[in-house]
Amino acid sequence: MSAATDSPTRLREKGRYIGHGLPRPGAKRLLAGRGRYTDDVSLPRMLHAAFLRSPYAHARLGAIDVSEAAGMPGVHRVLTGADFSAICTPWVGTLSHFKGMRSAPQLPLPLEKVVWAGQPVVMVVAETRAEAEDALEAVQVEFEELEAVVDLDAARAADAPRIDADAPDNVLFRTRIESGSTAEAFAEAQSVAVDLRFGRHTAVTMEPRTTLADFDPSEERLTVHQSTQTPYQFQDLYARHFGLSEARVRVIAPDVGGSFGMKLHVYHEDMAVVGASLLLRRPVKFTADRMEAFASDIHARDHRVRARLAFAPDGTLTAIEVDDVTGVGPFSAYPRTSAVEGNQVVRLIGAPYRLTDYRADLTVVAQNKVQMSQYRAVGHPIACAVTERLVDLAADRLGLDPFEIRRRNYVTDDMYPHTTPSGYRFEKLSLATCLSRLHDLMDYPRLRAEQAALREKGVHRGIGIATYVEITNPTPAFYGVGGAHISAQDGCVLKLTPAGEVQCAISITEQGQGSEAIVGQIVAEGLGVDRDCIRVLTGDTETTPSGGATWACRGAGIGGETALQASRKLKRRILEIAAAILQAEADALDIREGAVTNADGTPRMTLKELANLAYYRSDLLPPDVSPALTVAHHFAPRGYPFAFTNGIHGSLVEVDAETGFVTLLKHWVVEDCGRVINPLLVDEQIRGGVVQGLGAAFFEECRYGETGQLLNGSMTDYLVPMACEMPDIVITHVETPTGDTELGAKGVGEAGTAAASGAALNAVNDALRPLGASVSQLPMTPERILMALDVI
Amino acid sequence: MIEPQPVTVTVNGARVRRFVEPRVSLADFLRRDLGLTGTHLGCEVGACGACIVNLDGQPVHACLMLAVQADGMRIDTIEGLSDSGELAELQAAFHARNALQCGFCTPGILVVARDFIRDCRASGRRPTRAVIRDALSGNYCRCTGYEAIVDAIESVAGAAPMREDAA
Repeated sequence: MSAATDSPTRLREKGRYIGHGLPRPGAKRLLAGRGRYTDDVSLPRMLHAAFLRSPYAHARLGAIDVSEAAGMPGVHRVLTGADFSAICTPWVGTLSHFKGMRSAPQLPLPLEKVVWAGQPVVMVVAETRAEAEDALEAVQVEFEELEAVVDLDAARAADAPRIDADAPDNVLFRTRIESGSTAEAFAEAQSVAVDLRFGRHTAVTMEPRTTLADFDPSEERLTVHQSTQTPYQFQDLYARHFGLSEARVRVIAPDVGGSFGMKLHVYHEDMAVVGASLLLRRPVKFTADRMEAFASDIHARDHRVRARLAFAPDGTLTAIEVDDVTGVGPFSAYPRTSAVEGNQVVRLIGAPYRLTDYRADLTVVAQNKVQMSQYRAVGHPIACAVTERLVDLAADRLGLDPFEIRRRNYVTDDMYPHTTPSGYRFEKLSLATCLSRLHDLMDYPRLRAEQAALREKGVHRGIGIATYVEITNPTPAFYGVGGAHISAQDGCVLKLTPAGEVQCAISITEQGQGSEAIVGQIVAEGLGVDRDCIRVLTGDTETTPSGGATWACRGAGIGGETALQASRKLKRRILEIAAAILQAEADALDIREGAVTNADGTPRMTLKELANLAYYRSDLLPPDVSPALTVAHHFAPRGYPFAFTNGIHGSLVEVDAETGFVTLLKHWVVEDCGRVINPLLVDEQIRGGVVQGLGAAFFEECRYGETGQLLNGSMTDYLVPMACEMPDIVITHVETPTGDTELGAKGVGEAGTAAASGAALNAVNDALRPLGASVSQLPMTPERILMALDVI
Repeated sequence: MIEPQPVTVTVNGARVRRFVEPRVSLADFLRRDLGLTGTHLGCEVGACGACIVNLDGQPVHACLMLAVQADGMRIDTIEGLSDSGELAELQAAFHARNALQCGFCTPGILVVARDFIRDCRASGRRPTRAVIRDALSGNYCRCTGYEAIVDAIESVAGAAPMREDAA
């Protein structure tokens, strides 16, 4: 672990808690099987839902006959589109800052058409899930199959069938970014070009999506237990779309078995479950099985990117042109849209480099596949792979080492604050420091020597590196300005209990990354108390303040700062009371290890004594001193629109030229997320992220047939990385804290995923280069590698 | 539909008698009939390993067998193996190493790891990291990237470190 290369204003040294790799207090419960995930929750009179799903990717709906199903044992209600259109307003996945974007309005169940294979069409609500599924067998639905739009390029063809009959074509959104003149830059320069394809993959959270809605008509109160990252967002959505009072809608996210961005989108089943509970006035639960998860969870990526890079003979990179076409399913996801993925691709390409000219086109295309939207590292892996492949190709053309070409072309330390050609503003990055750190960490010269020696023996090893720049700590510039009810601020309520312990209710949420653990560390540090006496509450809209929750790498940076400032506020309150009791000046007192002390650390009274007095003997306080020991604090970032982080990955692979199999030998990460609050948890976020990135690079792909059928929608067919395939991952840190907050933390949850596939792509191509071959499609399956080698 | 059948099993040391529909899986029986929600369902086809419990002392996928097939047998779930202290060493190692994030896969991994370590100890074998990774070939984890899990099991198995790096 490296020492800090920079220090923020006040929290200078490594504290008693901040900066330490402490285990998560909440993990013991999960290790004992005492986790409480949404499907573990059972309520009195609870019914279970099952959905009949469309077998066609594109079809007109005909008559639906539910009469037989409705009479089957245990069945309470069979619901179709018309039942919901009366009680739920449609949702549309557009944002106003994406000019000209359109998307078809959505309802819980369709009225006229189905637009992807797996779309829920009919809902049965029954005593048990098994009885609901039995009844589905008896539902009769007439489908008139329509021609499906499947392939990305075919979807854009002039004669392509239109998914939305009211639209002129299948393009949902187009944008162009232009800075300088790429035409001139390319006219007088050498250049390299790529045509890269990135397959669809999906989150495969171990816990599938689950929603349990419980409407109590006596108080018009809706309680929804839901496996989600964003309970406040769903509180707002359920209230608005079902015409309920927001204050009477409670969303509880208990333990969440993985999310990675997938569980913050609106799914038709969620809305149907809420609607069914309103209609039946009883609790209704739906838990997706794995086949349903593959067919209805958002998929990710799906890009074809053509790009070229211009450079001078001395190795100076000058300009990039990009054309990104991304397929997002039949409509845009709600409420964040399916345009953010591509938008981030075209804004992040080339970001680490000093470019004079840049032009990027993005086309977001509809197709008859399940919706594509935000998943861990939104757009970053694509931008990273495209940029870093281009840079490697340029290095190869120029005869430069990959480290050398990057060293010569990074944005330099004297350029900050720096604005990229696409308009992103960097406060401060540590690109060159990370590059040289990686060089040492990998022992790069030794690896190259070993590679050369092994090539003599017919062993094809490849070494690849990939730099990334990552968006974290977003302000309302992300969604709020586009009209979405997605908060960029967080809230924290801190209470010193009568026993002198601390309860912390905060709006960031926990999905296993350790949000609660780091908040506990920060509050303990800020307040001067033992971490064990702090209880952190998350994931319940009724017991925690409203906020953005956990997504886009904002939990530590924004939620952490909120907790720090809340702890400062509570500390002032405690010392004000203590000053009155002790007849001292508050400024001359401190809190250390759970006691009020003099400035020199001499204990004066315990927090328990103080709290006892404030709660039970407030008569002893002077009349002008409030006994309140609960404070609330909200924090919204107001400096840079985003706190950009950076880092670099290294990948070492061995390609078997006869079988096409790739062995992942080792992976290295140097990353800079600003202040590291808990290195143990940060490293595990990075490792988990790397493995998801390597999954996309080598294994994971949602494969579709010509008629839009998902061909590998099961865990036995869709390849998730497993322990025996994954390498050990070496991680080190550079710390460049953001000056926008006292805490100085930026996000880290996506750093692993952002560059792992790019580094792997460069490593495989480095291995293939002496064989005269290259791959340009992810995942890099053995079949694709053998095709690149002309073996098949 | 076939009528519920009587089933008698010993679950976490206690004898339990229920009438169960023959189509109910052991996993659903444990979760719904007995409230043992520490056994998780991730795929229901025996691929992910989240539902693994011990049946007469051997790890099995609770999603792949019917509750009626377990009649007369002994079942130990994460709840029982925790309460008895049999998993304490592994749980402490997983906690210290943060070898879990969301925790959904963890019960199945702990049951498999316990069985693996018991075999290692019985044979006097000190497993390499590759052998540990291979032992986890029936368990998916989507959060950790596996390395911390391998570390935790390695520390309990008392294996000599096989890592190239000392980072």
